[in-house]
Amino acid sequence: MIILDSNIPPGPLEMKWDRRRFSGKLVSPANKRRIKIIVVGTGLAGASAASTLGQLGYQVECFCFHDSPRRAHSIAAQGGINAAKNYQDDGDSVARLFYDTIKGGDFRSREASVYRLAQISTQIIDQCVALGVPFAREYGGQLANRSFGGVQVSRTFYCRGQTGQQLLLGAYSALCWQIERGQVTMRPRTEMLDVIVADGHARGIVVRDLVSGRLSAHTAHAVVLATGGYSNVYYLSTNASGCNVTATYRAWKQGAAFANPSFTQIHPTAIPPAGDHQAKLTLMSESLRNDGRLWVPVSPSDRRSPNAIPPSERDYFLERRYPRFGNLVPRDVASRAVKAICDEGRGVGPGGQGVYLDFSDVIRQQGIEVVRERYGNLFEMYQRITGENAYEVPMRIYPAPHYTMGGLWVDYNLMSTIPGLFVVGEANFADHGANRLGASSLMQGLADGYFILPYTIGHYLATVDSPPIAEDHGAARAALERVEARIKKLLQGKGRRRTAASFHRTLGKILWDHCGMSRCAAGLRAALEAIPPLREEFWQNVVVPGSGDMFNQELEYAGRVADFLEFAELMCHDALHREESCGAHFREEYQTEDGEPRRDDERFAYVAAWEYREGEAPVLHKEPLNFEFVQPTTRSYQ
Amino acid sequence: MLVAGRKRRGGYRRIVKLTLRIWRQRGPNERGGLVTYQVDDISPDMSFLEMLDALNQQLIMAGEEPVAFEHDCREGICGSCSLVIDGVPHGPDRGVTTCQLYMRRFADGKTITIEPWRARAFPIVKDLVVDRRALDRIMQAGGYISVNTGGAVDGNTLLIGKEEAETAMDAASCIGCGACVAACKNASAMLFVAAKVAHLATLPQGKPERTRRVMAMVQAMDREGFGSCGNQYECEAVCPKNISVRFIALLNREYLRAGILGTKMPAQSDPPHGESY
Repeated sequence: MIILDSNIPPGPLEMKWDRRRFSGKLVSPANKRRIKIIVVGTGLAGASAASTLGQLGYQVECFCFHDSPRRAHSIAAQGGINAAKNYQDDGDSVARLFYDTIKGGDFRSREASVYRLAQISTQIIDQCVALGVPFAREYGGQLANRSFGGVQVSRTFYCRGQTGQQLLLGAYSALCWQIERGQVTMRPRTEMLDVIVADGHARGIVVRDLVSGRLSAHTAHAVVLATGGYSNVYYLSTNASGCNVTATYRAWKQGAAFANPSFTQIHPTAIPPAGDHQAKLTLMSESLRNDGRLWVPVSPSDRRSPNAIPPSERDYFLERRYPRFGNLVPRDVASRAVKAICDEGRGVGPGGQGVYLDFSDVIRQQGIEVVRERYGNLFEMYQRITGENAYEVPMRIYPAPHYTMGGLWVDYNLMSTIPGLFVVGEANFADHGANRLGASSLMQGLADGYFILPYTIGHYLATVDSPPIAEDHGAARAALERVEARIKKLLQGKGRRRTAASFHRTLGKILWDHCGMSRCAAGLRAALEAIPPLREEFWQNVVVPGSGDMFNQELEYAGRVADFLEFAELMCHDALHREESCGAHFREEYQTEDGEPRRDDERFAYVAAWEYREGEAPVLHKEPLNFEFVQPTTRSYQ
Repeated sequence: MLVAGRKRRGGYRRIVKLTLRIWRQRGPNERGGLVTYQVDDISPDMSFLEMLDALNQQLIMAGEEPVAFEHDCREGICGSCSLVIDGVPHGPDRGVTTCQLYMRRFADGKTITIEPWRARAFPIVKDLVVDRRALDRIMQAGGYISVNTGGAVDGNTLLIGKEEAETAMDAASCIGCGACVAACKNASAMLFVAAKVAHLATLPQGKPERTRRVMAMVQAMDREGFGSCGNQYECEAVCPKNISVRFIALLNREYLRAGILGTKMPAQSDPPHGESY
């Protein structure tokens, strides 16, 4: 039975984190080197956590499935990272970043956690500068900022169009230092396949060596999951092909509550899909909406080329519907508006799945060179993929699954409902509520890894009275057997006739149609009926060539698809139970007359944390969200 | 324009057929060789990796083992993809990774040869997948600024001119794919090391350790079995991020400077802070 205790320190909002840091017990330096911590994942959250824990003197064993820790998908974040520095003197402050994030998340996140995130944001920039991250600078040498969606201040720090890569290289270089010092043992090309829980505490993990196929148990005093998000459940998403839900999903099955699984962000500006062969959707940075204007022809039957359509016959639909924020409304609002326009039959391009993102005005006003300097790499990428020159014709964009606000439930200390199992970055549910603002994921990943976890895990380690287990402990052996049995099942059988990718594509379509940008009870019930037979067919018919004791990419992939096939049901349960529209979760039954979402604070101002029960429907637990410092309002960007 | 193929209604072209010669090798110690495959029905809008996906789906359904190749982000930034296409790392387009190469670049009926990165320091894992951990070990030798988490001064305390910042960023945009090594007849990692050294040496934060860093990284590079630079600039030609060979000149200057200053190489890093042994 799961009990949700958010462990939020008492007192005024501004003091909570200070109080926690002071009240938390410390581990003495001499003891730290006898304590081992496992970190899974080396994205921003994982790499920053592993390096900082190593620096503090713990023995860290760090795992990633890539060939190098530098390749985690944080690397692909383009736009930037937010911080309440107020360098532009445009009215920003910690309180404003806090409020923007709470409001952006449609009042479905915890005040205390979000306030702490805003407080820490400024330290992150300083830390990254110290590590040598080459942020964009003004001519005078000061750090430069740009604007991002959902806010009216300029607080986003960036490194051209590759902020994620530069921040990750910063964290990776810190990790390299700790590896060199012997504080961190790095194990690349290993995939975590289960959590070992003994006496109610997380005590290790089971991993598969992806080169030799060997399974092994690794035990420690605590386990940190930094395994990212699960947008790939939709098959087509902006995520890297390796991103998956396996680590967090297996932890769920061992007793960690999963929070708000249906809160998935659909990013408005991706390149539209071109055909069935497509393996991923490519994001065009949100920063493009600073200068690009979204429009469609007023008349659905208008088939002229975009440049031939005069301004009076164009519908700049975001500027029309949201005059105050215009093209810079938050992602969920923009995505829904794009979908609504396409559903009306006014979309452009193949299949009517797309709207124009037009730069002709800014090119005319500021010159092509300015645009080239700001977005040159994105325009090049667009041209490579579509064969079209966006300096001459408008880009076509369409929404794509991008980020998952849902994740394993964690308390204020980032600990899941399994004591000793900590979850950081996108893998946890914290901070973004029902919708994440642009440039906030990098901020959260680094806040968790550099500044929060290293404190809070110390308190757990200093107070827990449960010794670590040996690698041949019964719980470890049981976990190994679970993993072995599953791999055997994936590989067995003859006469099988469908690939894992084919199942994945079918599942993705079900979710995109019924649990994507807009949801309704009937659709979700249909999805809940369609998924179990698909899963059954998967286990009967999936063909996985080769064996388990070799480098076998298809086996890795099939294992991840198998987890998606189970996890998808949990998403639909969550979406079905939440009878309101909030943030990225839009239920068609709950909207105003002009199509804006209708939130229901009386019934749903809580975090939905789901517990796994074998052979039964998942069990709902609620963490009420008490707003002491902000007043939940209707989230209006009009 | 290199694209051929039939014109369909609505101007949508289809490449009908390609012949692929792909390096297959079961493991690091086994003999490998080129195997020929036919793929039909390839759309010009497919990326090169999506074309390989299509081949692999065919192979799996035929009960054969798919071709192992490395990929992840598929948007040209993670540095995973590592294919030599018709003798050129990342293929015929300049300034792109393999995942950003599209089939509209290839003529109908063409034969394409696909091989892995080849270098002594990059042993083959399987088929087109190689082990690039040598690059990580070079980074571990000194590719960092030793700064603890916490207590960093305000980011604007350090004024960094736009030009310096842009130069550092040019160097830092290296994605660590290793194409520079694969293109070099000496399998030298000079462009990689140069990019890393230049990134940190250009910024004031990186200055205190510049001497130690360049010595340690160059020594690690030699230890890993990478060859020396032959000034052929093939590395620059294939670099998907267009990293300039002038950074190799900068690396050489840094190395010379360190040599003149006579750095003492620390045997081990200092003990962790806050701890006393």
